[in-house]
Amino acid sequence: MKLTLKIWRQKNSSTPGAFVRYAVDNVDPEMSMLECLDVLNETIIERGEEPVAFEHDCREGICGSCGFMINGVAHGPERATTACQLSMRHFHDGQELTLEPWRARAFPLLKDLVVDRSALDHIIQAGGYISVSTGQAPEGNTIPVGKEIADRAMDAAACIGCGACVAACPNASAVLFTGAKIAHLGLLPQGQPERDRRALNMVAQMDAEAFGNCTSIGECTAACPKEIPLEVIAILNRHSLQANCKQREDLLPLIPPVAG
Amino acid sequence: MTLDARIPSGPIEQAWDKARFDMKLVNPANKRKHNVIVVGSGLAGASAAASLGELGYRVQCFCFQDSPRRAHSIAAQGGINAAKNYPNDGESIFRLFYDTVKGGDFRAREANVYRLAQNSVRIIDQCVAQGVPFAREYGGSLTNRSFGGAQVSRTFYARGQTGQQLLLGAYQALERQVRAGTVTMTPRTEMLDLIVIDGRARGIVTRNLVTGKLDVHIADAVILATGGYGNVYYLSTNAKGSNTTAIWRAHKRGALFANPCFTQIHPTCIPVSGDYQSKLTLMSESLRNDGRIWVPKKKDDQRSPDQIPEDERDYYLERRYPSFGNLVPRDVASRNAKAVCDEGRGVGKSGLGVYLDFSEAIARVGEKTIRERYGNLFDMYQRITDEDPYKVPMRIYPAIHYTMGGLWVDYHLQSTIPGLFVLGEANFSDHGANRLGASALMQGLSDGYFVIPNTVGHYLATNSFAKADATHAEAQSALAGVRQTTEKLLSIRGKRTVDSFHRELGKITWDYCGMARTAQGLQTAIGKIRALREEYWQNVTVPGSGDDLNQSLEKAGRVADFFELAELMCIDARERNESCGGHFREEYQTEDGEAKRDDANYSYVAAWGYRGAGQAPELTKEPLEFHHVHPSQRSYK
Repeated sequence: MKLTLKIWRQKNSSTPGAFVRYAVDNVDPEMSMLECLDVLNETIIERGEEPVAFEHDCREGICGSCGFMINGVAHGPERATTACQLSMRHFHDGQELTLEPWRARAFPLLKDLVVDRSALDHIIQAGGYISVSTGQAPEGNTIPVGKEIADRAMDAAACIGCGACVAACPNASAVLFTGAKIAHLGLLPQGQPERDRRALNMVAQMDAEAFGNCTSIGECTAACPKEIPLEVIAILNRHSLQANCKQREDLLPLIPPVAG
Repeated sequence: MTLDARIPSGPIEQAWDKARFDMKLVNPANKRKHNVIVVGSGLAGASAAASLGELGYRVQCFCFQDSPRRAHSIAAQGGINAAKNYPNDGESIFRLFYDTVKGGDFRAREANVYRLAQNSVRIIDQCVAQGVPFAREYGGSLTNRSFGGAQVSRTFYARGQTGQQLLLGAYQALERQVRAGTVTMTPRTEMLDLIVIDGRARGIVTRNLVTGKLDVHIADAVILATGGYGNVYYLSTNAKGSNTTAIWRAHKRGALFANPCFTQIHPTCIPVSGDYQSKLTLMSESLRNDGRIWVPKKKDDQRSPDQIPEDERDYYLERRYPSFGNLVPRDVASRNAKAVCDEGRGVGKSGLGVYLDFSEAIARVGEKTIRERYGNLFDMYQRITDEDPYKVPMRIYPAIHYTMGGLWVDYHLQSTIPGLFVLGEANFSDHGANRLGASALMQGLSDGYFVIPNTVGHYLATNSFAKADATHAEAQSALAGVRQTTEKLLSIRGKRTVDSFHRELGKITWDYCGMARTAQGLQTAIGKIRALREEYWQNVTVPGSGDDLNQSLEKAGRVADFFELAELMCIDARERNESCGGHFREEYQTEDGEAKRDDANYSYVAAWGYRGAGQAPELTKEPLEFHHVHPSQRSYK
């Protein structure tokens, strides 16, 4: 089938960008969205021009590298599907698709469809872990974890850090991403000793980055390719509220957020 | 050259304890005076960087992705083995060791594998403590499953995303050290050369993938944890960015490359659908626990699978291997799939596919249970193929998945260049000629969490380090070399894209050095690879400049290295006149078509040295000795 791709082209953050239309004539319905871009890029390179830069790696929907807006929807129209696994059979001959990068102040654009998501790493650095150095672990089965808790923790831990939640949110909030990690670790018995500190530090870092606030719109979970539930935001709110209530500086020394 | 693997003497059960006791230690106050470079942030790299940071070393970690969490370990699905024996079914450290040596078709080093089995137990403990959400029983204990040909249940898992969860555990430990200031993480940066000063690895040359800037980084030791080279075949289950460049450039600086032809073909991948195909998607091998593999008995049978009655189906693995059935090791399952397709009994449009059928399992345990076990895999299959595997059998075909070969390392995981350590899939060490399922995650984490913190310390404690910085002549010459290669690639401005060359190279490598190999075919392949490489350097086109984000340029450098590696793989495969594990030479097979090893002549590690462009590589052999697992013909009948 034939498609028109209207793609945001921008050389770098200091050069203005613009949409450019490309006709792609040989789209096979079995292709993925990224393979369709591969095919387009081959023809662009053969013309001696620079291909469309887009981020991708595993192409199995798990590494979280890929992602851009397709007709205004993060990762495109299919529920629970990353751009790399989005099959072209969901589009029809003659359709025009608009591809543009994640738009968020916290994700500065690098080139074309590639943005810088290191703000998400900063949030993890602030406390998205259990402080156990190599060698300190007790025997695995000495920490029983009920199946229901393990399953809920796993639901939250499935986050791939792609940034679709931020891109989909009208406020560009990272609260679903942050909540997913707070829920994953905060639900497990291993995560209890640092529960308060983790919630306070991660939320403080999230606020220090250029993300917006949550106003409970829910676009994030609708766009999430791993269907992270809104519940994780409730858990984030509960854990950080509880921590705030009992916060005493001598008990909860906080690490200052790094500059965003 | 002779290779000293530094295997400790004495009983194998005590070898690692003895080796650790014999190692010199770095005074805690002196650790921060040493800086260590880690290239790669997958299971091996992230766990190494985090553990070394925790010990107090100054660590610089590099990855080419935008975040260390993207490393391809994340895509591992099935699980991780450990000799916990929680199910009380006969598992032990010795049995895991035994199975791994045997599964590797007796081409791995016993002492390394024994240590791996020992460490497996502590890996699970460490990961549980980090909060990895492993699958649990209702009572709260860890649950296990049998996996990939094992007759005991020793595999721990987190749904079909075990690699993701283990990597996030290691990534979080790494980020904790970044915040603590012991580790400096530099993403979007690619290593393009190794700096060797006075015979020792002292640094790397990198390219910033956003600005194009080339930099020199100097350290006291360099650790490569850069993964495997399966993308030499173009189509593989590897991530698109996975490449050989770091280990290949180290090889050209003097590190020997061991067993390059030992590659693993995974039997359960979604078949190729067209020329545009950019990668192959793995369906976890755990599916073989409940799925039955079959093809029609008749050739060119065009009927849909539900129209083929039971007695006209050939469940060929169950027929040929009654005791292991659908759970035979990966190399055996893959070869048999190829054989039935070569007979014209393959299914699907291309004829390159076999059925993996869940109807019996669904009838036995119900769709709900199957959904619980494999739901995410079934969803992924349906997303890609538009077919519902709860109703029609999956179609699968083997694909390149893992490379057992890699840089040669001794028991300390040090390469033939002192100060250069190699971990995880990037080294050759533990899997012999075939890796068992759920063993890659185990090896990456064993190397990173538990081996390297000891052995790097010993290296640092027993050597002195002359001051060196970026102005050193060796550093400057490596930097100049990288600049020259980059400029050359940008200046050719030929007619063909990098991808078109890569596809063609991959096809040659797959056809002649894939699932079945012959001496004559390999000779042909070497000629074709050389001719194509020559054309590459005359006719490739790389648009754009070296001064910004240029994905074509990144690929061009990687493919240039794949050309050289592909030739070495064919040379190695041609030299090894036997069949073993994933290396199947058609000339060497038993009467019923099984791999026929030649222990009298080939019980060694083939370690190749680089002797310059256009020169034949030099072979050094490390003889393998088996004191605990007696080499026998593998039988899964």
